[in-house]
Amino acid sequence: MRLCPGGPLLVRGADVVRDEAGVAHAVTRPVVAVCACGKTGRPPWCDGTHKVVRRG
Amino acid sequence: MNLPEPRGPLSAAVIASLRGGTPPEAVAVDEQVPVLSDEDAQLALWVLFELHFRGFDDVAGDREWDPALLRLRGNLEARMEAELREATRPALHAAPDSGDLAEDLFALVAADHGPSLASYLHRHATREQVLEFLAQRSVYALKESDAHSFVLGRLDGPVKAALAEIQYDEYGGGRPERLHSTLYADALRAAGLDDTYGAYLPQAHVETLAANNAQAVFGLRRRLRGAAMGLMAAFEATSSLPCRRIAAGIERVGLPAATAAYFHEHVEADAVHEQVAVRDVCAGLVAREPRLRADVLFGVAASLHLDALVGGRMLARWGAAPQVADGRRSA
Repeated sequence: MRLCPGGPLLVRGADVVRDEAGVAHAVTRPVVAVCACGKTGRPPWCDGTHKVVRRG
Repeated sequence: MNLPEPRGPLSAAVIASLRGGTPPEAVAVDEQVPVLSDEDAQLALWVLFELHFRGFDDVAGDREWDPALLRLRGNLEARMEAELREATRPALHAAPDSGDLAEDLFALVAADHGPSLASYLHRHATREQVLEFLAQRSVYALKESDAHSFVLGRLDGPVKAALAEIQYDEYGGGRPERLHSTLYADALRAAGLDDTYGAYLPQAHVETLAANNAQAVFGLRRRLRGAAMGLMAAFEATSSLPCRRIAAGIERVGLPAATAAYFHEHVEADAVHEQVAVRDVCAGLVAREPRLRADVLFGVAASLHLDALVGGRMLARWGAAPQVADGRRSA
């Protein structure tokens, strides 16, 4: 697991990611990017919105 | 696929040579005409590169390594590389050098203000314009990521592992029905378009061909492995936000969910890939081979430049005003 500065949390080797409400989301990629800015439109996954937030 | 129709004397000579099994006829080349905006030269390059990808049903397999064709291609590649280096010089001159390459690469991408095709597709494009965009994009998307796979054997250690991770995801993570090129074929079919490999090559704009060819110019040449990875990283780093807009545009004009699905997949996939590509592949590569830094930046700038040409051509064709730069790239 690794936090990208200003970006998402990269998670490798997980089967499931649980969001803050405890809902389980199946992992279907070798590595996933979990939103760390709280602004994503596709929680819990990063959708690149942090770039707009950071710039704005 | 079969060989396409030529678009000028050079592509005619290449295609005739491939069809007839004969050496290519010498063609007088006007070196004053940039290769980047010469559709005859770009089609000739596309056809020659295609020998290394799916090939043509009407060409003998060994022509892939025909010395006369390779010489001809090498000349076009050298000119295209020189033109791209010249075109990207101002952007690279202004590029940041903070000591943190990942941040520098993201900053170089963020500083780009090329025309935003995605914003136009999102808000304004007609159904016919969206279909035209999908057809143009198919020239690349039906062989999505394949040029980058040639680089794998030239890398080592964590950099190789990182690129393999991206490619494994591009190739469906072990599920053939999730291959991104297959998702794109599904998207085309759902939109009523032809999903045959190369179906829209005859309509491909010179800018579309050039952007596609650049991946092979960099990807097939070991010397340019840094540029290849910079190009790949910029492609990934300008994809998530634009793909969300394109998906919304596809839904706005009433095309089926299967067409939008490809772009929705790229919102999520490329938010991952951009981090891995910039941090683990590009920064990782330069950490091992510091002299490749300039070429990685060149690859990023070349991708932004080519993307601006692709988007600018389509927006101009549609009579659209340049859109406010957002997350840039078409996808």
